[in-house]
Amino acid sequence: MRIIPFLLSLLSTAALIFFLDNQWGQLPPLGKFLSPQHGIWQNAEPVDKSYTDDLSLPGLKERASVYFDEYLVPHVYANSEVDACYIQGYLHAKFRLWQMEFQTFAAAGRLSEVLGPGEDDRILRYDRSMRRLGMVDAAEKALAKIEEDSTTKKDCDAYTEGVNDYIRHMKAGELPLEYKLLNYRPEPWSNLKIALFIKYMAFDLAGADNDFEMTNAKSIFSREDLAKLYPAVIDSADPIIPKGTHFLPPHFQPKPPATADSLYFNNRDTLTAREMKPEKSNGSNNWAVSGKKTLSGRPILCNDPHLSTNLPAIWYQMQIRTPGYNVYGVSFPGAPYIVIGFNDSCAWGVTNAGRDVRDYYAIKFKDNTRQEYWFNNAWRTTERRRIDTFRIKGRPDVYDTVAYTVFGPVMYDPSFNGFANATSDHSYAVHWKAADSSNELATFGRLQSATSYDDYKSALSHFKCPGQNFVFASKSGVTAIWQQGEFPAKWKGQGLYVMPGEDSSYMWQGNIDSTENPNMIDPDRGFVSSANQVPVDTSYSYFLGSDFPPYRGLLINRKLAQMNSITPADMMKLQTENYDVFAEMAKPLLLRNIQESKLDETGKGYLNQFKLWQLRNDPGEQGPVIFKYWWTHLQEEIFDDEFAKSSLPLMRPFESTLLEALLKDTAYSFIDNVNTPEKETLQQVVTTAFLRSVPDLINAGKYDKLAWGKFKDTWARHLLRLPALSRMHLPIGGGTHCINAAKQFHGPSWRMIVQLTDRTEAYGVYPGGQSGNPGSPFYDTFVDSWAAGKYYPLWVMDMGEIRDKRIKWTMHLKPGNQ
Amino acid sequence: MKFLISTLLIVLLSFLSGLYLPWWGVALAAFLVSVLVPQRPGLSFLSGFLALFILWALLAWGMDASNNSILSAKIAQILPLGGSSFLLILITAIVGALVGGGAALTGSYLQKKRVVEE
Repeated sequence: MRIIPFLLSLLSTAALIFFLDNQWGQLPPLGKFLSPQHGIWQNAEPVDKSYTDDLSLPGLKERASVYFDEYLVPHVYANSEVDACYIQGYLHAKFRLWQMEFQTFAAAGRLSEVLGPGEDDRILRYDRSMRRLGMVDAAEKALAKIEEDSTTKKDCDAYTEGVNDYIRHMKAGELPLEYKLLNYRPEPWSNLKIALFIKYMAFDLAGADNDFEMTNAKSIFSREDLAKLYPAVIDSADPIIPKGTHFLPPHFQPKPPATADSLYFNNRDTLTAREMKPEKSNGSNNWAVSGKKTLSGRPILCNDPHLSTNLPAIWYQMQIRTPGYNVYGVSFPGAPYIVIGFNDSCAWGVTNAGRDVRDYYAIKFKDNTRQEYWFNNAWRTTERRRIDTFRIKGRPDVYDTVAYTVFGPVMYDPSFNGFANATSDHSYAVHWKAADSSNELATFGRLQSATSYDDYKSALSHFKCPGQNFVFASKSGVTAIWQQGEFPAKWKGQGLYVMPGEDSSYMWQGNIDSTENPNMIDPDRGFVSSANQVPVDTSYSYFLGSDFPPYRGLLINRKLAQMNSITPADMMKLQTENYDVFAEMAKPLLLRNIQESKLDETGKGYLNQFKLWQLRNDPGEQGPVIFKYWWTHLQEEIFDDEFAKSSLPLMRPFESTLLEALLKDTAYSFIDNVNTPEKETLQQVVTTAFLRSVPDLINAGKYDKLAWGKFKDTWARHLLRLPALSRMHLPIGGGTHCINAAKQFHGPSWRMIVQLTDRTEAYGVYPGGQSGNPGSPFYDTFVDSWAAGKYYPLWVMDMGEIRDKRIKWTMHLKPGNQ
Repeated sequence: MKFLISTLLIVLLSFLSGLYLPWWGVALAAFLVSVLVPQRPGLSFLSGFLALFILWALLAWGMDASNNSILSAKIAQILPLGGSSFLLILITAIVGALVGGGAALTGSYLQKKRVVEE
């Protein structure tokens, strides 16, 4: 034995193994990662892999079967609702484990744990924002409410057990790829994680406001200018409940505080915090047409929720049959039940209400310890102080102290200013509807077995936040829509800006009674619809805020009013409609004001193309690109001079605001450039904006980006934003103002059409696939069809069809130990 | 002959270790075989290297083929290997081979001196 070479060799081999067993920067632990029996090769599923299996599952009560069709959509047959939830948890985990856990990490402000702090601490700042907003508290409160309800408690327990039974018996090779890339392992699932996921959706859909930007705008602009830049009403909007509908006098009238003018509307304080915000255009379309407008004589219901077009997709498609219901639709990996879908009696779908349910209060602390704050003429001790621990990959832990006031947690203070680099001397507490306790899951649980309008209405009563427009249609012929949620009754202007937090007078005074929520059943016009537009006209008794996009709703209502003898195929055409109503209104205005004589030959060429454009945002069209540049530069020409004077966070007026202003008043005061002695005209700015677009268009042409589809560049993007795991450059048209609202990383996340004939005829598609594994052929099954506007028939399988050739694999499940 | 036996034993034992142990079980396998089947250090190293190279390359190649390279093409962009599945398999094999070789070499020094000097 030679001791020195032995030791040398031992040490270097051990060092090599150590190196290969650990992550170095972005480099995964290569030994673990590449070992064919442990690492990523195990995720390279054989393309002809069989999902047929016989499983004994400890949490199952009775025998059950799962039939997988050719698209890997499971058709679950269970003898009880609890077993159905258990199997749903098991399947979600089997096909989507990483995504469902990752989303709850995002909800709980724990992304730094697995991703590290990020460039410029962006990920850590995101995490701190989520914790300070009170996401974990909100989830804990929701969990208490979920567990008060014996049905949702049983269902969630079963779901969680299903997830955990999968995790417990998962082989090393079955660990999803992303865990291997980032070098961590899944935690046990829990009902709290379900609640966290629900709150994540609440954040995504009801976590947006512009209070800070508007507060700064109030300090810079006169009241008159503010009304011009941020008007409360969009004239062209066609509300969900048609104009002219009569509303009863309000149950409750909130009173503005006596100091509203002096301390609030005329207050000129500014602030520097930059907020984290969810995607602005989380929106959606839904509608239901009555049988008198359809060829079959039965209602058709359609829904396409607009969310981030992620891979793995946010939705997982399934059919679930129990003695209590037979339901088909899409579920959220991370929560039990079908969220959007239909059963043997009726169908339902949702769009976001977009009401402002998050407000801020300026808090005056006694000193830097932030133990006491001034409230109702006395120093009051903070209700609670929470110390948050942030575990950060590759760095020591970080601690954050969050003070709680009567309004809610202190979101921004001298120790945390969101994404701003400047620190703030001031403190702001947040009050958010989603932090109140509620059990939204109960709504979906009960919709699954709904058979009538009354069932639908009572299911909705559990839904508080995020406010949604629930559209409904039944085989008995009913069509209905409710804007459902618990909405604070605000006095006019309440919560538009940061409010004084020194006494109770600015707090929310009560909720709008749920019977007063906008709703409609079987209207004479033969359809109900919503597309995130303003729900009602100004005769409604309550203050609504102003952030409601008008154009998709306008076109949907125009088209539906004209259509008759409607078939599902007509509805497919409507859902994938690329016509742009915003452009329809803006184009004549631009053409009326362009001074053609100032253009050179190249410019005239582009202008001519724009003139010929038929207002459709199809992927091959160049018109939308010319329009996009032109309008963007026009906004800059009009607003840059006023807005660039301030370095504070500000919000530019909405596109619809500028368009309406210019249509009404060609001498709109902001047209004038305040930095020049002369007074600019609309013709001048429209022409300058066009001239500025020409070099952009020439440049776009050089990079083959002149066609709208290439310019817009839609992706189905992996949650870690890795191009290799994404589907890039999808040839799809549409855009923000189109019914087919496909943007770059965002769009119709599930298109569904349900015709409520005796045997339901339904179609659907989403930009993803049933498997979350990038190594599976089912990872992106539906993406190309989705981009092309094609649909798949949604097959509600009957027990008599188990030998149907569409069934590819069967999982037989029985209770017992694995 | 010894070389062949040693190499084949490492292949077999490494594969079995993969069923029960973490990925570094292959190092134990190569080490053990190298202690039990005495060879000169250079040859021991080569046995371990070749055994793991062959085992990991074959396993990876097999799984890649039945997967139509769906996954390897993606991983070979992340790592980054220009999207080449072949390079990913090669690197996999080399990583295994280095560990196998190093472990086998270490084992060879544990033998009695006379055996080593044969």
